[in-house]
Amino acid sequence: MEFSRSGAPHLPPENTVSKVMLQVILALIPGILAMVWFFGVGVLIQIALSILFAVLLEWAMLKLRGKPIRPFLSDYSAVVTAILFALCIPPLAPWWISLVGMIAAIVVAKHLYGGLGQNIFNPAMVAYVVVLIAFPLELTRWLAPRGLIDVELLPGLLQSLQTIISGLPANLSWDAITQATPLDLLKDGVEQNQMISEIRQAPVFGNYGGRGWEWIANFFALGGIWLIWRRVISWHIPVAIIASVIMITLPAWLYDPSSNPIPLQHIFSGALVLCAFFIATDPVTGCASRRGKIIFGLGVAILTLTIRLWGGYPDGVAFAVLLMNMFAPLIDRYTRPRAYGKPR
Amino acid sequence: MDHSSIENIGKHLHNFPGGLKLKHYKALSCSKPLPAQQLPLSQEYIIPVSQHLGRPAEIIVSPGQQVKKGQPLSVPGNASSTPGAYVHAPTSGEIVAIEQRPVPHPSGLNSTCIILRADGKDDWIELEPVTDYRQLSRQQLIQRVQMAGIVGLGGAVFPTDIKLQGGAGSIDTLILNGAECEPYISCDETLMKQDPEKIIQGALILSQVLNIKRVLVAIEDPMDACYQKLQTSIKTLGAADCIKVVRVPMLYPEGGERQLIQVLSGTEVPAGKLPVSMGILVLNVATAAAIKDAIIDGKPLIERLVTVTGAGICEPQNVVARIGTPIADLISFCGGYTPGIASLVMGGPLMGIGLQSDSLPIIKASNCILALTHADISSPQVEMPCINCGDCVGVCPAGLLPQTLQMVIRAENFEALEELNLDACIECGCCDYICPSHIPLVDYFRYGKSEQRVRTVERKQSDLAKLRFDRREKRLAKQQTERRARHLKRKQALAGSSDKKDSVAAAIARAKARKQALTTTPRDSDSNTDSGEQS
Amino acid sequence: MTAAIIILTSLALIFGLALGYASIRFRLEGNPVADQIEALLPQTQCAQCGYPGCRPYAEAIAADEVDINRCPPGGEAGIKQLADLLGKNPIPLDADAGIEKALPEVAIIHEDICIGCTKCIQACPVDAILGAAKKMHTIIAAECTGCELCIPPCPVDCIDMIPVSIDLTNWQSDKPVPITIISKQLTSADNAGEAVA
Repeated sequence: MEFSRSGAPHLPPENTVSKVMLQVILALIPGILAMVWFFGVGVLIQIALSILFAVLLEWAMLKLRGKPIRPFLSDYSAVVTAILFALCIPPLAPWWISLVGMIAAIVVAKHLYGGLGQNIFNPAMVAYVVVLIAFPLELTRWLAPRGLIDVELLPGLLQSLQTIISGLPANLSWDAITQATPLDLLKDGVEQNQMISEIRQAPVFGNYGGRGWEWIANFFALGGIWLIWRRVISWHIPVAIIASVIMITLPAWLYDPSSNPIPLQHIFSGALVLCAFFIATDPVTGCASRRGKIIFGLGVAILTLTIRLWGGYPDGVAFAVLLMNMFAPLIDRYTRPRAYGKPR
Repeated sequence: MDHSSIENIGKHLHNFPGGLKLKHYKALSCSKPLPAQQLPLSQEYIIPVSQHLGRPAEIIVSPGQQVKKGQPLSVPGNASSTPGAYVHAPTSGEIVAIEQRPVPHPSGLNSTCIILRADGKDDWIELEPVTDYRQLSRQQLIQRVQMAGIVGLGGAVFPTDIKLQGGAGSIDTLILNGAECEPYISCDETLMKQDPEKIIQGALILSQVLNIKRVLVAIEDPMDACYQKLQTSIKTLGAADCIKVVRVPMLYPEGGERQLIQVLSGTEVPAGKLPVSMGILVLNVATAAAIKDAIIDGKPLIERLVTVTGAGICEPQNVVARIGTPIADLISFCGGYTPGIASLVMGGPLMGIGLQSDSLPIIKASNCILALTHADISSPQVEMPCINCGDCVGVCPAGLLPQTLQMVIRAENFEALEELNLDACIECGCCDYICPSHIPLVDYFRYGKSEQRVRTVERKQSDLAKLRFDRREKRLAKQQTERRARHLKRKQALAGSSDKKDSVAAAIARAKARKQALTTTPRDSDSNTDSGEQS
Repeated sequence: MTAAIIILTSLALIFGLALGYASIRFRLEGNPVADQIEALLPQTQCAQCGYPGCRPYAEAIAADEVDINRCPPGGEAGIKQLADLLGKNPIPLDADAGIEKALPEVAIIHEDICIGCTKCIQACPVDAILGAAKKMHTIIAAECTGCELCIPPCPVDCIDMIPVSIDLTNWQSDKPVPITIISKQLTSADNAGEAVA
């Protein structure tokens, strides 16, 4: 009997890129649900919009580049990018914010660099930074979380859709439904030499981070821990980021708690937890070796804190991740594991 | 406390980086009662002459010749620089042909094979058993190992006598490798269960050859039955003071020579060196058993235990098959294929060689014949781009960066491979298996290694050519100067003998004479040239 | 003004002297570019390029007297390496020089025809032919570069070029061909078997 010869190994592969991406999407669900609870159904509309644009653009780019459509569309990497981006923008941002963001992410950051696996910068973060710089007003209109405004004021499905597509309906005003984020308040307060305890009097603050935000962060962390347990991501980057943030901010807080916020506040506000588990762990733009991952996480933490404390933006995770993306190849170069039997 | 040292080898277990925990499927082929059955005689045996690492052996039989079971068919060549090994007749019969046949090899190429038609008598040549091997000298023992054609039966098929020869005097530890880490394969386990005395006797012989007091038999943790049996035979043979059985945790590729040394001693074999340089010799347990057969019974290596297994086989089991048996005979002995059969592999699923046909023979390296169904093998997968996930880095037992290597090889940047230590790759397939993008990493590494090898050979050849060309140029130049010098000397000698005027007069006279000769005999010279042309 | 001129002039003098000293102190022996080129040439010494050996051709390339595409044994791969080294564009092999062989070849002497004239011995650039006058000649295959220079001088045409046979010892792995398009095979699992076959 004749057979066709194939090279070793003769085992079906354990994993696929689409499996990896699907599990990432699954792990995002608890956090997304928490966000919907606190910020309304607009979050879901933004996710749907971004996914729509991302998939259309991905399809167009694959077509233009003459690449096979099926395997690349079914790897879900564009969907992950779209969801991560949608989670970073305000839930009632106009629809074209997602379009611009996805053009920046899929067309520029991904395909112009050579498509999946070739991009230097995290596409979702490129998209977020582009819209953040280009449309600062729209990007600061974060809704007040549930519990801080009347439930009737939380826009429903139709109202959210209307707002996203054609602007805020006449019976609502941005001032009534939006609120400065905890990080904004903190930044402004510190600049005005207020005590941390004074700043934290504001109702947006919860136990540690922002009200609502800290719960969302917890749910994202839950999903992230599931990913680590499933071995989709390794623990190195999340642990490195969170541990470094604590280690860096702890001495300052111990030294002077009145002008330095408690480390937990740094972790539970803004996008830090989302970043630690889902954004900085993007394999393509990160480091491959274990030591490299730890250095990468440390770098993200330092840069985030630097931007938060001295930079022009209240949250710095996007910039921190993009800056560390640039260093990833260099870090990988210098954290090469020692090959068996070779001198160090 | 750091226990990593050769002195403490086997006392504490260490880790090696990476590795995979795989489903082992070993029970599949271990359900039949022991001992493993001997395969009935086949009609025809196909015996490749290069079954071992090194030069093909020199054939000493010719077609039409009658041979007996155990008679040498080919002997290692004279060149002492390249190893070779004896190959013997697996049964008595007639040599019907010596021809090129496909052999189990990653290349799928043909190689010279001796075709033996069995006569059914199965007559042994006269064997020379030894009653007390302790009387034999080291050299005699090694020679018997060589004459028996013993090679490493774990798959590396390096001639064992050369290993013993090279290691004598500098070895202090012998490791018998019974840590069969690849899924499906259970031939070593079967051997340890059914013939533990053989292995221990082999170990005792080896400890005499190498003059050592420390032998470790490494087996995998779950092999409880083997552990008990080996311990019992060690006790009955009174070898407890020098032979120890060590159980190592089950993790692929722990059975790799270098990984096993790392697990047992915590130290690594330096790059580019052999374990011998650390005073360690590693042999497979099956090799030790074959050595016992060779020394005590005088039997050459003509058969081995083979695991025939996989979902594509009706009755998976271990069988004793002669070298040269067509694989199809093993398959039919094991009940034939199941309907879903899709591919045939020699060896395990991670490092095995895909076979193009079941007409290929069992060779000394065949530890396992694995028949896989469509469900076992993957349908061809689209190769996605590398997403730099680092899974391959995490599982690599050699501490390499498979994803970077793959990129460099794809770009044909072979100069960079040295810096990335491609030579340390053991082709275990862990990275290839784990890769979510389904990049055939091991195929790339084999290609890269083969290119590196070709480049080295080409460089050597061109260096040699340049050296020889330069020497020739120098020689020609020297010859020319010598010729000129001689010429000058003669001229000077001539000039010295007569004065200038005389020489001028002589030259004129010579010219005149030549002119005269030309005018007087034009015809003769013409006819001479004509005849020259005709010839 | 004067100060500026003086400063600039003295600077020029100092740097000039430093450069002059450096050029003597750190002078490289030989012709480093030619050495690098020669290292890339296959050392076949076949003279197909029109120069009497690889070294002269390397020197000619270094002096920019000749194109980099006149080495058939080096082939396209060799041209690419030379182009990389010299920062030139790879150009196709000059057909006047010869054509690239698909497989490496070595010469073989049909020993029954050989008359022992020693002409091939003199032609061989690497002394890979063994023999003496009126004695049969033979080629040391391991040292033959396959340059074919021994073929024309042979008066009885007893030298042939044979490709080096591929066996288990010198076999080479192929570069894997990535599977990129598979749409049909992926759509139905039943087809998987056929796809393998």
